[in-house]
Amino acid sequence: MSFFEIFGFALRGVAANKLRSGLTVLGILIGVAAVILLVAVGNGSAKQVEDSLAALGTNTLTVQGGRGGDTGYRTDLTLDIVKALQDRESAPDVKSVSPVVNSAQTLTFGDASYDVNSVIGTYPSYFGASNSVIASGSGFTEEDVDQAARVVVLGPTTAEELFGTTVDPVGQRIGIAGQIYSVIGVLAKKGSTGFNDPDDVAIAPLPAVQRSLTGYGPVSSITIEAVNADAVAAAKAEITAILNAKMHVADGASSTPYQVRDASQLLETRTATAETFTVLLGAVAGISLVVGGIGITNIMMVSVTERTREIGIRKALGAPRRVILTQFLIEATLLSLAGGGLGVAAALIGANFEIVGIKPVVMPDSVALALGVCVAIGLFFGSYPASRAAGLRPIDALRYE
Amino acid sequence: MTGPYGREQRPVLDVVDLVKTYGEGETAVHALAGVSLTVAPGDYVAIMGSSGSGKSTLMNIVGCLDVPTSGTYRLDGVDVSELNESQLALVRNRRIGFVFQSFNLIARTSALANVELPLAYAGIKPAVRRERALAALDMVGLANRADHDPNQLSGGQQQRVAVARALVSEPALLLADEPTGNLDSRSTADVLSILDGLNAQGRTIVLITHEDEVAAHAHRTIRLVDGLVVSDVRRRDITPVGVPA
Repeated sequence: MSFFEIFGFALRGVAANKLRSGLTVLGILIGVAAVILLVAVGNGSAKQVEDSLAALGTNTLTVQGGRGGDTGYRTDLTLDIVKALQDRESAPDVKSVSPVVNSAQTLTFGDASYDVNSVIGTYPSYFGASNSVIASGSGFTEEDVDQAARVVVLGPTTAEELFGTTVDPVGQRIGIAGQIYSVIGVLAKKGSTGFNDPDDVAIAPLPAVQRSLTGYGPVSSITIEAVNADAVAAAKAEITAILNAKMHVADGASSTPYQVRDASQLLETRTATAETFTVLLGAVAGISLVVGGIGITNIMMVSVTERTREIGIRKALGAPRRVILTQFLIEATLLSLAGGGLGVAAALIGANFEIVGIKPVVMPDSVALALGVCVAIGLFFGSYPASRAAGLRPIDALRYE
Repeated sequence: MTGPYGREQRPVLDVVDLVKTYGEGETAVHALAGVSLTVAPGDYVAIMGSSGSGKSTLMNIVGCLDVPTSGTYRLDGVDVSELNESQLALVRNRRIGFVFQSFNLIARTSALANVELPLAYAGIKPAVRRERALAALDMVGLANRADHDPNQLSGGQQQRVAVARALVSEPALLLADEPTGNLDSRSTADVLSILDGLNAQGRTIVLITHEDEVAAHAHRTIRLVDGLVVSDVRRRDITPVGVPA
């Protein structure tokens, strides 16, 4: 008898008891959906931690010139060094390099004046590297840097002190140490991280600040952004190598004329947190999978064992063992796949909602694992009791209660 | 052994010294203690006996649902004990039609689909299958109930569906294990008249019963006591088709 006909038997078998089939599908659905959602919630909270750490700038390194470690060569942080650090070949893990000059200045607008903590001259990449988000207006561009345009982006504290809350700072002209600058943007609030208010700044193109305020000397620091948090160590090594070459620092020198600082402390925390989450996730997902698997095993065993008599009747009518096995295997496949598919769908829908304040992030691996394990269990425990029953003598299967 | 018209003259059923023992050692129960029996084609045999006499055990072995502990069993000249699992399935499907006391229809499956089942397992095409199943249902007078599920049918109707299912594959041997045991007297009469009609057409029938009225329909009555044949009586007035007088 053809596979197609056995398939028809299986379909009728599934349809014959809709409640039982429905419950089986529901059991698998819950197993699969629970695992995917749990992993997604855990993953989402790990991501949340990662995001909040990223906001602090875990990807950035700061190079500062210093004294000491005299090599007999010039060791200032020059734009020449900035260019060397921008070289993709020798520093592949570096995303951007932003030279920074700093000076405390007095800003004026009409009659108002305000002593800003620091006027920063830099490149546009600094905004990304320092997690400075433009709240209104825009940042400056490479073109502004090339032209030494006198434009400035104010920190929210600076903007409020100078303009109050009523005037829109964007488009206004302000004086910085007697030079006229156009305000083109205001940054979003970062919030204080200690004694320094990171919102009390004014950021302008590097050449403009150098020309009008600090002169064309060396820059005070270089802010470097690594391609991602995991590449910080590699980026640091690359930077160190370049700086050593540029400044002729001998191998193994006890001190260097520069310092590279990173957020290693934060990185360690991040790593530890991520590891804890990974372990927790693994445990929770594992338990869910085991519990779900037991549920599926139970319902499959019960529903097939319940049909031992039916298997006996079919055998008495001359059904070959192979046909009975195929029928039950197809039934188990249909139920497992329907339950698994609906479970994935339910999990994907559920992942759109916030669960206990966490936005779940579905991991494709967990979908594959949950689906694979649940379907495999469904198949095995759907077909194993059937195979056992099909192996019985018809009379034993018929007498089965 | 085969006659000119395909009518087989050898016995349909040839059982020699059949023993079936349940359990081992002290607690062993001898359900059959050495039964020998031959049934010729076209015969109509009733096996009688009280509960525990081994008649059901004998029936199950004859129906290839169970295997004997020892002894030989030839069905249509074929030694069944030498057959493997898939050959046995074939024998159950083609040679034997079994009617159970508890009907044993497959639940939530229409009468027609139930009757079609043996043909489906025999690999017969759906269209032919349907035609033959409808003919079998018509023979038991239930063609108009083809679409009904077993739970929509009365006990007598269910048993008639079971009879239709047993005879649809044109088996050499129709076995009925207390076919009227669960039926009221009217349904009993219906089912028995169908069996009588089938026998009149030349079908070999072996049935189990403990009611004399039922056994009276048969041409030959075998009594079992404690796993042994104690009497084998043939009615004088009837000479079954194909049995030498």
